[in-house]
Amino acid sequence: MVVGSRRRARALMGGRFTLLSLGAVVMMLPFAYMLATSFKPNAFVLQIPPQFFPHHPTTSNYTDAWTSNQFGHYFFNSLWVAVVTTVAAVLLSAMMAYALARFDFPGRTVAFGLILVGLMVPGMMMLIPQFLLAKKLLLLNSLWGLVVFYTGGNLALNTFLLRSFFQGIPHELEEAMVVDGGGPWTRFWRLVLPLSRPALAVVAIFTFLASWDEFTWALTIINDPSKYTLPIGIALFQGQHTTSWGLVFAASAIAIGPVIAIFAAFQRQFVAGIATGAVKA
Amino acid sequence: MTASSNSSAADSSGRSASALRPRIHLANRRRRRELGAAYLFLAPGFLLFALVILYPIVRAFQISLYNWSLVPGAASRFLGLHNYNRAIHDPIFWRALENTGFYMAVTVPGQIVLGLAAAVLLDAWLPARGLFRTLFYIPVVTSWVVVSLLFQYLFITDGGLINWIIHDNLHLVGHNIDWLGARWTAMLALSILGIWKGIGWAMVIFLAALQGVPVELKEAAATDGAKARARFRAVSLPAIRPVVAFVTVMLVIGSFNVFISVFLMTKGGPLDETQVLLTYMYRWAFSYLDFGYGSAISFILTLIVFVLAIGQMRLFRRPSEASS
Repeated sequence: MVVGSRRRARALMGGRFTLLSLGAVVMMLPFAYMLATSFKPNAFVLQIPPQFFPHHPTTSNYTDAWTSNQFGHYFFNSLWVAVVTTVAAVLLSAMMAYALARFDFPGRTVAFGLILVGLMVPGMMMLIPQFLLAKKLLLLNSLWGLVVFYTGGNLALNTFLLRSFFQGIPHELEEAMVVDGGGPWTRFWRLVLPLSRPALAVVAIFTFLASWDEFTWALTIINDPSKYTLPIGIALFQGQHTTSWGLVFAASAIAIGPVIAIFAAFQRQFVAGIATGAVKA
Repeated sequence: MTASSNSSAADSSGRSASALRPRIHLANRRRRRELGAAYLFLAPGFLLFALVILYPIVRAFQISLYNWSLVPGAASRFLGLHNYNRAIHDPIFWRALENTGFYMAVTVPGQIVLGLAAAVLLDAWLPARGLFRTLFYIPVVTSWVVVSLLFQYLFITDGGLINWIIHDNLHLVGHNIDWLGARWTAMLALSILGIWKGIGWAMVIFLAALQGVPVELKEAAATDGAKARARFRAVSLPAIRPVVAFVTVMLVIGSFNVFISVFLMTKGGPLDETQVLLTYMYRWAFSYLDFGYGSAISFILTLIVFVLAIGQMRLFRRPSEASS
């Protein structure tokens, strides 16, 4: 009886493992093929039967993408925008979240309600008025135009997540600092932020990835090729070189490398953040 | 909910201050200082949020009522609801709405069923569990630009991997399919990309919910001799019902926001056959510079999303209320 149920349990686990392996192969096959193509000379990218291990591997797509196509320049534009956005959005949203979580002031409910509105309205709906606003603020065709709108666009979600985390910090800790004469600013920097490192890491990662991957806004406000970010650069590669798939995917691999590395490194926090905040990346 | 979480620092100082006069003075001053601090903490972020998010939301509706002029100095002409009337009589608008509806009808159930299946399979110990979770989740964190170009490449008619698999290997079709060259095959290819990219997200949320189901409940069902499938239906599924509702609402909203994949893979073509609401909006706004009509389309989209979201929340709420 016991032996039988154990055998059944093992068979069940084998079945689950097989199904999941099949699923994982389907999920990863496109990436594997993308990597393979990025190492193929252009003559072989549409060859049948497809080669998952290129017969004539070359790294020339990578060197071409990085050097002759200004791609390195796009990479650093993206990096600068994502870093500045992340610092600004995390700081501003942490301050907002602290006010909403720990102070009772007139207008707090309204402010939080408006943040929820900002969370629910589809971002694309604001594209046209945002474009007109950026035009008026002379932010068209500038990386600052990306930073300002990315920062503003990430505030609602970050504030929402951080607020619930801050609410979980025991009040007694803050009261002890109040007794010692610690003002709100001191408590925020010395107590709340250090205790919230995991939550801050989550919102920082979300913000960084969102700005690193953002396409539509950059496409809309940037015309000057010297200010392209990676997603724009990659999309235009495909437009300019209709058949240079090797080049497109070498560039893509360079662009998603940091993303997957960051995700792999912070996976635990990432998944926890998604499950609690239920965020769509 | 909000009242219980107010500043206990202000409370405690208020309470202790009731004893002595000078201390009341001190406490009031401190309270005022705390109140000022709250606004100072809120203000920088909130002003930016109001400028780049709240103000554009209001403006979107306003712009949709005008024949918006981009020329500096030239006046925009007020049209009332004309742009909305235009949409109602625009066959391509209706086609875009249909295509968006098709995308929703395929991708939402697809992501839920496959995401839930993956979560159920992962909801107990097994080798390489963390690795599976990571692999399923990688498409979620990969940029839409990259995966759209990748799927465009996979769906190429002659020399594409998909046609090679289903035609050359499995012989399911007699000839290579021109996936992106016709309306419904293109919508199907776009939907397959949508499902593939979203499974991991649904899976992670379902997995968190399943792990929240008390083990005693699952075990009680098991000792009752309930088979795994019956056990899942009787115990786990009702317990994660609110999460299923949440995921459904989020996925429906997400499906109406489909843009980058269509924009890059078919550009709405051939001949506007595969336009979705947002690619059509973008075309009017940023190719034809008709901001009024573009805004009307995006405002209609927002209304649809809100109605669907509220409707679903009602729908999901009712049975649980009846049972309680």
